[in-house]
Amino acid sequence: MSDVIFTNEMDEEMTLNMGPHHPSTHGVLRFIIQSDGEIIRKAVPDVGYLHRSIEKIGERCTYPGYMPYTDRVDYVAAMFANECWATACEKLMGIEVPKRAQYLRVISCELNRIASHMIAIGAMAMDIGATTPFMWALREREYINDFIEELCGARLTYNYHRIGGVSFDMPKGWADKVKTWVDKFVPLMEEFDRLITYNEIYIQRLANVAIITGKEAKDWGLVGPNLRGSGVKWDLRKDDGYSVYSDFEFAVPVGKGQFGAVGDCWDRFYVRSEECKESGKILQQALAKIDEHPEDDLVGKLPKKIKPEGEAYSRVESARGDMGCYVIGKGAEEPYRCRFRTGSFTAMGIIEAKSPGLFLADLVALIASFDVVAPEIDR
Amino acid sequence: MTPDAIFKLLQEKFGTETVFDFHGDPARDKDPWFQIAPWEIENVCEHLRSEKSLDFDYLECITGVDYPDDKRIVVVYHLYSYGKKHRVVLKAYLEREDPAMPTLVNVWSTANWQERECFDLLGVLFEGHPDLRRLLLPDDWEGHPLRKDYEEKEDYHGIPTIRPNPIELFKITLPSKEASKEAAKEPAKA
Amino acid sequence: MSSNLNLMAPPKGWDAKYSDDGGSVLSTNTDQVINWMLNWGRANSVWYMLFGLACCAIELMQTGGPRGDLERFGAAPRPSPRSSDLFIIAGTLTYKMGLRVKRLYDQMAEPRFVISMGSCSNCGGLFQYAYSVCKGVDQIIPVDIYVPGCPPRPEALLEGLLKIQDKIKNEKYLQKRYGVG
Ligand code: SF4
Repeated sequence: MSDVIFTNEMDEEMTLNMGPHHPSTHGVLRFIIQSDGEIIRKAVPDVGYLHRSIEKIGERCTYPGYMPYTDRVDYVAAMFANECWATACEKLMGIEVPKRAQYLRVISCELNRIASHMIAIGAMAMDIGATTPFMWALREREYINDFIEELCGARLTYNYHRIGGVSFDMPKGWADKVKTWVDKFVPLMEEFDRLITYNEIYIQRLANVAIITGKEAKDWGLVGPNLRGSGVKWDLRKDDGYSVYSDFEFAVPVGKGQFGAVGDCWDRFYVRSEECKESGKILQQALAKIDEHPEDDLVGKLPKKIKPEGEAYSRVESARGDMGCYVIGKGAEEPYRCRFRTGSFTAMGIIEAKSPGLFLADLVALIASFDVVAPEIDR
Repeated sequence: MTPDAIFKLLQEKFGTETVFDFHGDPARDKDPWFQIAPWEIENVCEHLRSEKSLDFDYLECITGVDYPDDKRIVVVYHLYSYGKKHRVVLKAYLEREDPAMPTLVNVWSTANWQERECFDLLGVLFEGHPDLRRLLLPDDWEGHPLRKDYEEKEDYHGIPTIRPNPIELFKITLPSKEASKEAAKEPAKA
Repeated sequence: MSSNLNLMAPPKGWDAKYSDDGGSVLSTNTDQVINWMLNWGRANSVWYMLFGLACCAIELMQTGGPRGDLERFGAAPRPSPRSSDLFIIAGTLTYKMGLRVKRLYDQMAEPRFVISMGSCSNCGGLFQYAYSVCKGVDQIIPVDIYVPGCPPRPEALLEGLLKIQDKIKNEKYLQKRYGVG
């Protein structure tokens, strides 16, 4: 009897289903996992549970009217998708954006980057079992939500940028409020570092888990913090100098492999937490400089009818890396085709290749360290 | 390197049959592009990646576009080089009835998912792809929705795909004059 | 003794609401007190299933976060459908997900309640013209409370939860469950 039950004992495989509704995956994702006990043989992601046909809808909206939909491409950091769409249209039509509008874009985007990284950091800590950091992170996020709400009237889906500029100027006294908050926030990040990032347990949990080398990262098209976590020093803000980022001084943090090999989960986490501080620096500089530019200059010169022809591809450095928007116009009011290239999508692709040999619990850490959000994968 | 320099370089190497049709009109094509013969694309991309002076190590984006008027499906590749910091856009024109071309998975691994998405939404067959399944839509979905002539089904597994307009639901249709006259008479009879 | 009873005193309009309860084994007054107590307990421990689907999930998270603090109303998040009473569907429901939602709902134990949060899950909202989005959760499962907004503010979701509590408090639980009271 016993040999009937225990045949093939050593390589018993089981198939596990993780998701699509699972509290620790980011949004609705599903994994089909083949594992040998605790060790993963293969993890196949199944995405598309949040495929909202945003690209198809773009073909029936006007160019300005598509802006609210771009919010939903990446709802944790909606400003970037806004900016990406706006810059694509501006590139297509050759519109100049006034300086003040560009400063406002930088300010709103950097605020949003901090807010997005707060979710990333907090959710990652929560995924691997620490609940308190999430509450800390959400508390800071609520402040940013308040600022952005004062700026554009929405907490999550901003719809703030316009083709050629931005929709509103800052309210009175807003800049001072943000400045005071940033002054408080940067030391708070250091406290956060002491609590989490350099926490011994945390390091033990994440160091040397799921190492991705720089070459692999480039090959699989990882972008943004994930790429920099692998030690590749490349940031669109610095290397492409889009918008007015060349006016500011900031460092580009990269993973150095302080507690293990370069490109492990801890490095990716570290890059995010450092980036928050750098965004704080950019915010301070931008808020100090913005008043050099005239107040009523918010939207550039638009043609009377927006019916461009041709095609353009624009990129912005979003919170999840290089976000691209490819738009083809055919002289109609609606774009002929629009496509978003997002960081999470390519990050999900690597998981199937990276998962063999990981522990089951480390898979969660790997997903969390990529900071994927479901709508960006599916659109 | 500028795109047209790259174009010339490629044309010298692969001939005008494979690399042709350069478009660089600054008013229309903000990113200059050129065509590659679909069945040669793997060789060309391998060259683009491995040649030291080109060094395209990052495949940014694969987009499929449907042109029903020309009976074409076009697959657009955006490439970038981290080292040399230059970009190039390639296009491959396929037959709309039977779109098929070789895969680029062996050149850039990131092509894997992007090609799967392109297959899912536009029905382009990438030959040699290790795992060409639907990515975003359910496995039993019919049709390729990003094609221009895609039509929605009436229901999916019994879930209707339209929702009646609430304004029309609550619209009160007034009875015609005769009907209302008769209605007025009836209680009198009773 | 009397002060204790006062604390638990039934609200006004009490007798009228329960006057049609026939076939009770117990005396009417006791039924009412037990019923009220059960409802009071149930209403203040509505455990909801964490079911974030899209953008609204972030607002759901923030409602549970430090400022909204959903837990002060006794609503704690649960990861499993089998141990939750309330199903908050936050976000866009696609067809691919729709079949799962049906299954999760079937796994929940009675009595169960559903809040549909955000215009996407109310009626399809922004994604009316999408080929892959289900136009409303109520096409798949019954919904108790609709919370409008895109996304609804945390306050709106709190209001929705309070509405569910009202609904529970007005139920004749004993009669429904055991046929008495
Ligand atoms: S209602 Fe609005 S915020 Fe909520 S899921 Fe839908 S689009 Fe997102």
